[in-house]
Amino acid sequence: MAEGEAKVIDARGSYCPGPLMELIRAIQTEPVGTVLEVLSSDRASSNDIPEWVKKVGQEYLETVAEDGYWRVRVRRVK
Amino acid sequence: MGKRVVVVGGGVGGTIVANHLARKLGRELELGDLEITMISPDAQHFYQPGLLYVMFDLTRPEELSRSQASLLEPGIRLVQDWADHIDKDKGEVRTRAGQTFPYDFLLLATGSRPSPQLIPGLAEGGHLFYTLDGALKLREALFNFQGGKVVVTVGVPHKCPVAPLEVTFMLDAWFRQRGLRDKVELTYTYPIGRLHALEPVANWAVPQFAARDIHGETFFNLKEVDAKARQLTSIEGTTLPYDLLISVPPHQGAQVIIDSGVGDKGGWVPTGKHTLLMEGTDNVFVVGDTTNLPISKAGSTAHFEADVIADNLASRLQGYPGGRSYDGKVFCFVETGLEQATYVWFNFETPPNPVPPSQAIHWFKLAYNKAYWLTPKGVL
Repeated sequence: MAEGEAKVIDARGSYCPGPLMELIRAIQTEPVGTVLEVLSSDRASSNDIPEWVKKVGQEYLETVAEDGYWRVRVRRVK
Repeated sequence: MGKRVVVVGGGVGGTIVANHLARKLGRELELGDLEITMISPDAQHFYQPGLLYVMFDLTRPEELSRSQASLLEPGIRLVQDWADHIDKDKGEVRTRAGQTFPYDFLLLATGSRPSPQLIPGLAEGGHLFYTLDGALKLREALFNFQGGKVVVTVGVPHKCPVAPLEVTFMLDAWFRQRGLRDKVELTYTYPIGRLHALEPVANWAVPQFAARDIHGETFFNLKEVDAKARQLTSIEGTTLPYDLLISVPPHQGAQVIIDSGVGDKGGWVPTGKHTLLMEGTDNVFVVGDTTNLPISKAGSTAHFEADVIADNLASRLQGYPGGRSYDGKVFCFVETGLEQATYVWFNFETPPNPVPPSQAIHWFKLAYNKAYWLTPKGVL
């Protein structure tokens, strides 16, 4: 899926509930096949998002370092 | 004809904005150059954080509500009805009773609602304390409880993000007080990989849990409840047995947001994080739990946002641009037992840094619970 088609979740500056919780919220309402892109200013997200995605059997795509934030891409596969 | 402001929802955010506006533009209101209409189905305004104490019978429900009309400045018209449809193209709100309210400016303050029906078996198998009815049923269950496995679960998203941790510490203290703690296995579950979204709070909670013999189960997102077998299953594949399930269910936005097509799939309204304007509009403000912003759904968030909205709305009504910007500020007290508390504050730029818990902060929180009524009035 091209970048432009991803569902973007802008969680920059979110300390509570935070980027992973925003992803958990959004992924449940999106159809299978959707690419979700979490923008996070919290470095820990680049670890805890892939860890959770793996645990629940969804697909982790990549983490891209941007200027002052991270772009974590995952795909809902089930 | 005067300018018309319609506020949908009579919770803390909507009430603060309406009152601030009525005071800032009292003369316009008096002359009929401004009309402020609040549409709310509830005759009573309820202080939801007090439910935490109702379940332990430390507060009686009648202490937690006041008539909505008594909290509003004179001149604000209160319509006790359900908003049924929001038509932002026509610029009007229709109600269940069939009235239509055109607006020049609209404030969406419809809040959030716990939705246990989103998880199979939860409504039948679990208790909740986020509604008065739920807290009263839980009070009865707690006072009859003689021991066993108590599990706290947390749905996503949920309002009042420190409440799950608070209720767990309060349960521990309460069971000790009743001499039952050695008969209770207390488990707290949380959706992400630590005990709380706020990292310093999560780190602080780890030794507290160890000292109080509370089991923490992280990466636990409730998938279903088998009420008959008293078993929980998470989407991560973990199963947990329980005797008493206390759940913070996942929340949804208001039905009118979903039905009117002005929200996302969860019923949250896409909102500018600094302007608090609904995306794609210039005259629809959004406050509190109603927004889709990635910040805490909490009364304090609504309070800080409401101050910004009221200032900007008053300016806009007077023909000025409205210069205030919301910085993401949130403040929360955190009860750490029955006699101690701490607090955290943070915004988009400043991370949280809780202070050590103390009895004085606990008393301050109890005092605020009494003083709360000054907040919707726009005084405190």
